[in-house]
Amino acid sequence: MLSFILRRILIAIPTILLISVFVFSLQKLLPGDPVLAMAGEERDPEVIAFLREKYRLNDPIPVQYAHWVGNAVRGDLGMSLRTNQPVLELIGEKLPVTIQLATMAMIFAMGIGIPAGILSAVRKGTVTDYVANVVALSGLSIPNFWLGIMLILLVSVKWQLLPASGYVPFADDPWRSVQVMLMPAFVLGTALAATLMRHTRSAMLTVLTSDYVRTARAKGLSERRVILKHAFRNALTPIVTLSALLFGELIAGAVLTEQIFTIPGFGKLVVDAVFNRDYAVVQGIVLVTAVGFIVMNLLADVAYVLLNPRLRSQT
Amino acid sequence: MVETLVEPDAAAPVLDVRDLSLRFRGFDRDLLSGLRYSVRSGETLCIVGESGCGKSVASLALMGLLPPTAVEIGAADVRFCGEPLDLGDQARLRSLRGASMAMIFQEPMTSLNPAFRIGDQIAEAVMAHSGATPAEARERAVAMLRKVGIPAPEERLNEYPHQLSGGMRQRVMIAMALVNDPALLIADEPTTALDVTIQAQILDLIRDLQAETGMATIMITHDLGVVAEIATDVAVMYAGTIVEAGPVERIFNDPQHPYTIGLMSSVPRLSGPRQRLTTVPGTVPTPQTMPDGCRFSTRCPFARPVCATDPPEREFGAGHRALCHFAPLETMLERSA
Repeated sequence: MLSFILRRILIAIPTILLISVFVFSLQKLLPGDPVLAMAGEERDPEVIAFLREKYRLNDPIPVQYAHWVGNAVRGDLGMSLRTNQPVLELIGEKLPVTIQLATMAMIFAMGIGIPAGILSAVRKGTVTDYVANVVALSGLSIPNFWLGIMLILLVSVKWQLLPASGYVPFADDPWRSVQVMLMPAFVLGTALAATLMRHTRSAMLTVLTSDYVRTARAKGLSERRVILKHAFRNALTPIVTLSALLFGELIAGAVLTEQIFTIPGFGKLVVDAVFNRDYAVVQGIVLVTAVGFIVMNLLADVAYVLLNPRLRSQT
Repeated sequence: MVETLVEPDAAAPVLDVRDLSLRFRGFDRDLLSGLRYSVRSGETLCIVGESGCGKSVASLALMGLLPPTAVEIGAADVRFCGEPLDLGDQARLRSLRGASMAMIFQEPMTSLNPAFRIGDQIAEAVMAHSGATPAEARERAVAMLRKVGIPAPEERLNEYPHQLSGGMRQRVMIAMALVNDPALLIADEPTTALDVTIQAQILDLIRDLQAETGMATIMITHDLGVVAEIATDVAVMYAGTIVEAGPVERIFNDPQHPYTIGLMSSVPRLSGPRQRLTTVPGTVPTPQTMPDGCRFSTRCPFARPVCATDPPEREFGAGHRALCHFAPLETMLERSA
């Protein structure tokens, strides 16, 4: 198992390098000069030359790349061109906010999507199944921003149950922090809950007709045990794999939700950095996101193997 | 110990199906019509017939393993160990399943849950029907695995199904089915998916266990070799009806229904000149194409207009019966001459 994980990590290294090249070149190909943006209205040639020197923008591009990668490996992603804060520090500040949001959205999505999927598979063709599918389809089709705005209008403005925006660090006041993030997590999680519900349903439908489920029934087990143990355990593999992969997407997808609820998270950092042509920050963000995706992929693979006795004994 | 176990009444058959009809919901013809068969303790009833004739469906219905949403049970006069058995009573059927009536299936490769250790799967069957602790159940599982001829059962217990061969998996299935010492074992083509040499081993195993426990066995098969090997009685099924039934030697030596005769002559013989195998032409009719009257009439070489009416059941003594207008055979041969 350990060798399997090590092997997977080794495979990930060239992928990350490739992404770093891509990120770096994209940056260079984009129109707009950050130095001009920084130098202000006057565009004093001396200032520009100084800035170019400072940020090593006069070096040949491969040298710039090597320099950047070399620093990145040591944890130095450079300084924000705008705020002069280290990029890693910026990301370190914002990422936990988004991870909390994504985790809450995930818990919500799994808590709703998986039971609903099981129920609709077990009661296939009944009103329950029909209702679950309609709700799931609505969950997929309603745009985040609309749902978010409607919730703010209803829950915050009209009923005044939850705050409409803001953020409280979890460490400061866990209860308040969760409360503030309840609505954003719901908004971010709806589409995911629907996706999970559909996948759970189809995985369960496949498994429920399998021979071993019939065997479990033939043993005289309760229907509950047949479904939740024998069937669900086998349907779980694709669900867990999918969840791990979708978690990465959640973080990326949080951009919009964070804008609606004005949460100072990763998404807001992305948007600000792009609008300000803050190259170092954008590079850092894309790199961290890519690594995050690769880690989630790795976790998905590991989970897949762990859940599958056949693969487990082979690795 | 097992509270749901029904005390076998020595005089009564273990399973006595007096009348069983069922249909798929939405169809207007019965899939199974008026089935009648019984099996006593220590005896083996072989249900034979082509694929799609309803052999398995009947057994699944008796075990309560057909989804109630898909089938509609019409007449059902069934007695189990002398007591009436209501096929609509899911709770009662569940308490009997795996305890006093057990079933093994055709596909050992897919019948075990790939995600759990075989020991746990067997122990689970013990615990489902008794207050056994996990340790006791595990012990029972080891004893049962040893009984079905699995070497080093203490270690095998911790293996997953994919680590076992097909023959071994079928042994595990048998161990799981018999761990609660059932009065009735239904074996649905247990050897079809296995190698010929393994087939013989599995049949021997079932026979030995039967001799030891005195359980009644229903063996569903289309293999007449298997029938000759282990049956005490035979029921020949065709398109959801039992067309002929009786003691095994009567069925083999003196078949009376044209379908049984056709089945017998489609078995290749080793002795004598090699010749083209006889087949029964056509296929089993589906519920939509089912003819009126005798269900075999569309393929029967002796069919006459009268066959469009329901055939009478004729008895030939010793429990031998056939469902045909022209039985016994002599009548048929005279008419066709």
